[in-house]
Amino acid sequence: MKTLLKYFEGYKKECILGPLFKLLEASFELMVPLVVKRIIDVGIANGDKDYVLKMVLVMIALAVVGLTCSLTAQYFSAKAAVGFSAKVKNAVFSHIQTLSYTEIDTLGTSTLVTRLTSDINTLQGGVNMFLRLLLRSPFVVAGAVIMAISIDSKATVTFGVTVLLLSLVVYVIMRLTIPMYKKVQGSLDQVTSKTRSALTGVRVTRAFGLEEKEQQEFGEANAALLAIQVLSGKISALLNPITFALINLGLMWLLWEGAVAVDTGRLTQGAVVALVNYMSQILVELIKLANLIVQITRALASAGRISSVLEITSSMQEGTQNRKWDGGAAVVAFENAALRYAGGGENAVEGITLAAKAGSTIGIIGGTGSGKTSVIQMIPRFYDATRGSVLVDGLDVREYTYASLRERIAVVPQKSVLFSGTIRDNIRWGKADATDEEIMAALQMAQAKDFVMEKEGGLDYKVAQGGKNFSGGQRQRLAIARALVKKPAILILDDSTSALDYATDAALRKAIREMPDSPTTFIVSQRTASIMHADQILVLDAGEVVGLGDHESLMKDCEVYQEIYNSQFGKENEV
Amino acid sequence: MHYLKAYWPFMLASVFFAAVSALLALYLPVLTGNAVDLVVGKGKVDFDALKGILLQMALVIAVTAAAQWIMNACNNHITYGTVRDIRQAAMKQIERLPLSYLDKHPTGETVSRIIADVDTFADGLLMGFTQFFTGILTIGGTLFLMLAIHKWVALVVIVLTPLSLFVAAFIAKNTSSLFRKQSETRGQQTTIIEEMVGNEKIVKAFCYEDDAEQMFAENNEELRKVSLKAIFFSSLTNPCTRFVNNTVYAGVALFGAYAVIKRTLTVGQLSAFLSYANQFTKPFNEISGVVTELQNAITCAGRVFELIEAEPQVAEQEDAKVLKNAEGAVEISHVDFAYTEEQHLIEDLSVSVKPGERVAIVGPTGCGKTTLINLLMRFYDVKSGSIAVDGTDIRDYTRHSLRTSYGMVLQETWLKPGTIRENITLGKPDATEEEIIRAAKLAHSHSFIKQLPKGYDTVIGEDGGVLSQGQKQLVCITRIMLSLPPMLILDEATSSIDTRTEMKIQDAFARMMKGRTSFIVAHRLSTIKEADTILVMKDGNIIEQGNHETLLAQGGFYARLYRSQYEF
Repeated sequence: MKTLLKYFEGYKKECILGPLFKLLEASFELMVPLVVKRIIDVGIANGDKDYVLKMVLVMIALAVVGLTCSLTAQYFSAKAAVGFSAKVKNAVFSHIQTLSYTEIDTLGTSTLVTRLTSDINTLQGGVNMFLRLLLRSPFVVAGAVIMAISIDSKATVTFGVTVLLLSLVVYVIMRLTIPMYKKVQGSLDQVTSKTRSALTGVRVTRAFGLEEKEQQEFGEANAALLAIQVLSGKISALLNPITFALINLGLMWLLWEGAVAVDTGRLTQGAVVALVNYMSQILVELIKLANLIVQITRALASAGRISSVLEITSSMQEGTQNRKWDGGAAVVAFENAALRYAGGGENAVEGITLAAKAGSTIGIIGGTGSGKTSVIQMIPRFYDATRGSVLVDGLDVREYTYASLRERIAVVPQKSVLFSGTIRDNIRWGKADATDEEIMAALQMAQAKDFVMEKEGGLDYKVAQGGKNFSGGQRQRLAIARALVKKPAILILDDSTSALDYATDAALRKAIREMPDSPTTFIVSQRTASIMHADQILVLDAGEVVGLGDHESLMKDCEVYQEIYNSQFGKENEV
Repeated sequence: MHYLKAYWPFMLASVFFAAVSALLALYLPVLTGNAVDLVVGKGKVDFDALKGILLQMALVIAVTAAAQWIMNACNNHITYGTVRDIRQAAMKQIERLPLSYLDKHPTGETVSRIIADVDTFADGLLMGFTQFFTGILTIGGTLFLMLAIHKWVALVVIVLTPLSLFVAAFIAKNTSSLFRKQSETRGQQTTIIEEMVGNEKIVKAFCYEDDAEQMFAENNEELRKVSLKAIFFSSLTNPCTRFVNNTVYAGVALFGAYAVIKRTLTVGQLSAFLSYANQFTKPFNEISGVVTELQNAITCAGRVFELIEAEPQVAEQEDAKVLKNAEGAVEISHVDFAYTEEQHLIEDLSVSVKPGERVAIVGPTGCGKTTLINLLMRFYDVKSGSIAVDGTDIRDYTRHSLRTSYGMVLQETWLKPGTIRENITLGKPDATEEEIIRAAKLAHSHSFIKQLPKGYDTVIGEDGGVLSQGQKQLVCITRIMLSLPPMLILDEATSSIDTRTEMKIQDAFARMMKGRTSFIVAHRLSTIKEADTILVMKDGNIIEQGNHETLLAQGGFYARLYRSQYEF
């Protein structure tokens, strides 16, 4: 929470003035019953119409001043709350940009998105309410009690007991219902999850003829939700009647005490009316306060979640070497590199030693979970080798600045992601100032030119969020073009041609090889056909290197490679 | 509406107690006023009469509080009960809807209809109804009591109060455009956040951090400005209406005091008036809130009932046959099919499959492979032509018996949230431990399941949780290995499994497929080569048909596809 306080910087004035004006307004409101008392005790008692008129004008003046104060307060609170949340949002967004893959994995991107959207919104609402109301309600309650005491010190007990009981009731009911709401939410999540799985699994359910069973299970979850809702409803339904009864019982008590006091001449009739008015004000404010506390609790929970994101720092240290690069392929070397993910018990991959000549092609093959992707993730420093090292042009990747390292490297990830904007915008992610000619050349190499040209507007065609208006294979080819337009020193294709048919895949590889200054290329694949013509092939099995060499030598002495090859081509093709 | 019928006694009770509590609550200020009037001054207090009034007050308080509670309890019962009933009905409907409906409507949308919309509908309609009713009663009751006490002072309240409504409406009207602007800008921000943070790894890979930050900061500043305006102007409502209220209060004090001086009103009645004046705007505000809430509820109801009342799938014939121990002869003749009117997907398709044959379906994406499976399983009905199993049209079998005769493994693996064991035994709930383990060993899933924290009793979440895509597929295969239905459909069943493990499963598959008619969709040609018949599909038609050798010899589309594996 403390981490967030500094974002109020620049809004200090607003944070003080907002509540201050709110309190001023409340003070004026508290004076009204006193004025009414004057009207009754002086104006009416003496039949003095002018005095009544004067007092009413005072009331209107109080109302005008109150309005002014309150508008000022609203403005300052809104300004502080919105400004604060905008600053927090910028800070969180920038902070996320500094995190490394390890932290992103631990937090999960969907969590980060929720923090930036709904949590910050809740926080903003909470701050606004806090500045506007949190001081006001207790102030009015306390003020009403003090004013009442100033009218009649004997009323202290009546007011004290009533306020105490009311606070107790509100507190107890909230204590009981807040955890129940959590349970209700949990039950509702169950029902939601059952509904979703009924929809996503509809084919399987029907294939196994399990409709009835599913109905029944849904019915159970539904009944559980109903039970907890009715129970929590019963308790929260108590709040209004009990507070209503309490305040009115307090009123009765006040009337009786007042009657005795008036009888002995200690109080006037107007004073009794004023006391009654103060009692009513207290009720209204306490109910407001209860609702407010619920909202503030929620805001505090959100604040905690947001600051926990801000408190996480990158586990990776940026290097200092800002080495220049003037194009051309790079030499890449692995020296006994191993990678273990945070929270992972075993090394995802180990013992990688490999030297890739500038412009050569390295194939990496192996089953699911064999560590193929882990190998290439170490080159652009998405993850740091936990043992050994990776060198680009003879310098350890950890020595480079992020920018100077990553400007040399282009990655086409497994999941091809496009962003909303035009096709041109998307390709320019690779090179911000790419000309249309360069873009077209990249699309041509990526075998994407044909379908792009068919789109209305060509490069100006709008890509929908997530690239939904393209097929899987088209998205992959655009992602490849985005990497190629960079003319990188190192190109990494991480199983990124899986949605392409064999012919297109082959044409793509041919185009890359024929690029002028063709980059040092790493191809990760499950298909033997994609990597069999590489200069070196790294064969992985369960995180260990079981083979390294070209196709012919591996076919001779690498059993795993032979098995993979045969599983795809069949034994009869063996020479 | 008939969902409410079951609750009519509760509704009646709710309305009754709402009326009781509203009217009695209004009567309290009158009693308080009467009490004040008995407390005139020194030595002039009528304690006996005061006791009587206080007793009345106690009674009114007790009854009002009880009535409020009963009303709340009734409302809860009606609201939550109706929600439960509607959801149950919606769920039942989901089981009956044709897949064409479910495929057309995104899952998220349907879920939000069943969850969020039903809640809004029940809340809005029922709460709205009670609030509306109580509001009207309060307004009517207050008017009546005020007029009964003093006509002219009442007139002050009646004339001035609507002012606050005008003020509120005026502000609402002028802020709605600001709010629209705010939600547009916020929508843009959400898109930026989802894209950039959702794909943070790509952003980093392309060193796009600074650009992303700048883009976000610009939008954030715009949102800040818009939000400030929207929040500030909408927060004017409360102070402004309070101001109008205070003016009304002052007016009542002025005219009331004059009336007291003229002896047409007592001090106690004046205090009653003041408390009415204080509360009179509340029911108006509530009612205007209710109107929006009701509109909202009706929109939601529309969406919910559109789902519940959607045309269910064609009813089963009463004399539908039960398909038992199917031989597996499948005859597809002259089938036409289209998902939409404009786009014909399958035209005049005819295939004849003998019992026990293995049929592989190959072809580029979108050629109709998955559609063919939808038709075989009768997830969709053919437009014309027919599909027959063992000589009988599949529409003459019960859906249940037809579908359970097929064992299906799809590319999109779906696991039920629950334990691994529950998932494996979906098709055979009474399987013994030995049977389960035997099936798991055949499917090569036993070794990794054993390593999970709780073995077969490990609970997996909605999206399969800890399991990788390949492991999920192995669980689905185990499911089929256990239930061993007479016919098989494997739609890219091993696409996420690496080829070595796949090779090992192939043996088990081969044994399972022996004597069982099987339909296999795959793009790995190695999986397909051993099929008895290969159907090469393109644009909804079968362009080539034969086994591996004859198709290669033909030198057509299949041969080209096959050879492309070797090209560089």
